[in-house]
Amino acid sequence: MANYSKDFLAQLYRTLYTIRVFEAQGVRLYRQGLIRGYFHPYTGQEAIAAGVCAALADRDYVLSTHRGHGHCIARGADLHRMVAELLGRSTGYCRGLGGSMHIADLSKGNLGANGIVGANVPLGVGAALGAKLRGEDRVSVVFTSDGGANNGVFFEALNLAAVWNLPALIVIENNQYAVSTPIHESTRETDLYKRGIGLGVESRRLNGNDVLEVYEHACGAVARCREGRGPVLLEAVTYRHGGHHVNDPGLYMPKDRMEYYRARDPVAIGRDYLADLGGATDEEIRAIEAAVEHELESAVAFAKSSPVLSTDEFLALIEGY
Amino acid sequence: MVAIATEIPTASRVMMYREALNEALREEMRRDPKVFLLGEGIAQRGGSYKVTEGLLEEFGPERVLDTPIAEASFTGAAIGAAMTGMRPVVEILFIDFALLAMDQIVNQAAKYHLMTGGVGRVPLVVRTQGGAGGCLAAQHSQSLEALFYHIPGLKIAMPSTPKDAKGLLKTAIRLDDPVIFIEHKSLYMSKGEVPEGEYLIEFGRGEVKRPGRDATLVAWSAMVSKCMSAAEKLSAAGIEVEVVDPRTLVPLDMERILQSVRKTRCAIVVQEAVRRGGVASDIAATIQHEAFDYLDAPVEIVAGRVTPIPFSLTLEQACVPQEDDIVAAVKRTMGRE
Repeated sequence: MANYSKDFLAQLYRTLYTIRVFEAQGVRLYRQGLIRGYFHPYTGQEAIAAGVCAALADRDYVLSTHRGHGHCIARGADLHRMVAELLGRSTGYCRGLGGSMHIADLSKGNLGANGIVGANVPLGVGAALGAKLRGEDRVSVVFTSDGGANNGVFFEALNLAAVWNLPALIVIENNQYAVSTPIHESTRETDLYKRGIGLGVESRRLNGNDVLEVYEHACGAVARCREGRGPVLLEAVTYRHGGHHVNDPGLYMPKDRMEYYRARDPVAIGRDYLADLGGATDEEIRAIEAAVEHELESAVAFAKSSPVLSTDEFLALIEGY
Repeated sequence: MVAIATEIPTASRVMMYREALNEALREEMRRDPKVFLLGEGIAQRGGSYKVTEGLLEEFGPERVLDTPIAEASFTGAAIGAAMTGMRPVVEILFIDFALLAMDQIVNQAAKYHLMTGGVGRVPLVVRTQGGAGGCLAAQHSQSLEALFYHIPGLKIAMPSTPKDAKGLLKTAIRLDDPVIFIEHKSLYMSKGEVPEGEYLIEFGRGEVKRPGRDATLVAWSAMVSKCMSAAEKLSAAGIEVEVVDPRTLVPLDMERILQSVRKTRCAIVVQEAVRRGGVASDIAATIQHEAFDYLDAPVEIVAGRVTPIPFSLTLEQACVPQEDDIVAAVKRTMGRE
């Protein structure tokens, strides 16, 4: 393993921890009735967003999913505007018109979460095409899933990225469930990275719970894209810490599997890296956590005190539809 | 084909519809390096209807891209490129194939502006063509504008003449919202006057293609020329109809239509698409609501039969409005049978 600075490991851990507590707080706000609609926690998959986004430059693009809070945070979003969006307030990233499933932060190249599984793959390939046509050095990263990898546009778009040699990194977050259907019931070939091989795409499988393993693979993939060598497919194997969304208890997830993955918790692994490789003390780590908790508290207060977009402002926005 | 250049009093020449479209693409690609084209067989082959002929030679393979036969993903890729500031013009060979790309058009392109709180834009043009003509049978002959008309966030242009085709396509490319630009397969070889030099036609501005005092025919795309020839027949019988072409369905120039109806007191809406759930029904309802007191008779609709288009030529023609159907409908509405 390469040498990592304490600062870098602290930053990675900060991202992992932020996603973890953001989702826990989100579930509380949901239970209080402050967040409505659907809420799909990223809990258990934090290392993928954190590791991939750490390998990106500010100018790169990210296409996110319905389980997208983690990607948004890992791209450096402001928690205040994120919580405000989840509460449907006008100060949110999408002025409260998008919500959890459509949150986007265009200022950070996060082109948006998506409520249609698989549909973001062609969009991300298109963002890569745009960058290539403009002669800009930008990589486009699409986060999708084992569910998305069974959708027709996943194959079509990966094929397009390959034949046009585009700087696109497709990340399959294989959490092993498409909503509630286990992967072996939805596909015969459960090594999803092999789908890329059939299309002539550089493809790898990795442990999605290990943030440094994710980071290293992502760095290699991004470098390959920047060198003009075409797209890369990464399959990051992981597991949700709960059901599909906040109201799904996930009773179909076997206990022993859950215990196996909880024992390989991505946030705990990131914390160990910071302590063991970075030499951070418990006190230093606790200080990072306290800072995150403080910011989140402030974000929740900000969101709660923010107004909803007025009907007049809304009507002005949809003029011409 | 009669074309009246109302807003552009300038020198003109006669061109084919497909040549006018080609000129619009060429001019916009020269003007703006962010405009690029993608579609099936549009580069080397110049498109099945030759609309993109010669563009590969001028602009190169980076800006004129042949795609795999994969409508959902190449349309999606165009949308993704548009989200990042490009101005793609996608060609979907037949509107029937646009159904493969419906998620990308309806759930992605049409909603991006709202979902991002008005920050994100999708300056995309989907050029496609529809309609019956040439015995292409059930999966290559549909008129599907109503599917897109139903979706908030999409604009729709359906030009009936070479002049409108050019002016509207240039505008479509410059708009910041997704545009479904629906051509008609029977119009590509049709000829008309096209002004020299640069001009744009604003969306939401209909045009009176023929003035008249006795009845209003509202029609778009290929139905305009059918209405024009029906109007000549009616004129011989002493009935002068006004033909109003809205040119874009979204936005829709309802004011131009109502102006005409208030004058003639009699309206017939003609669409090639099947009658059920069509744009004509919506226009007729609005006329009746907004101009009820002016009407001498209920608004009539002439539309395609509710059926997939059959292969046999005689039956194909029996399924879409013909000149005589329009003549009969005008007489019926006016009580002049």
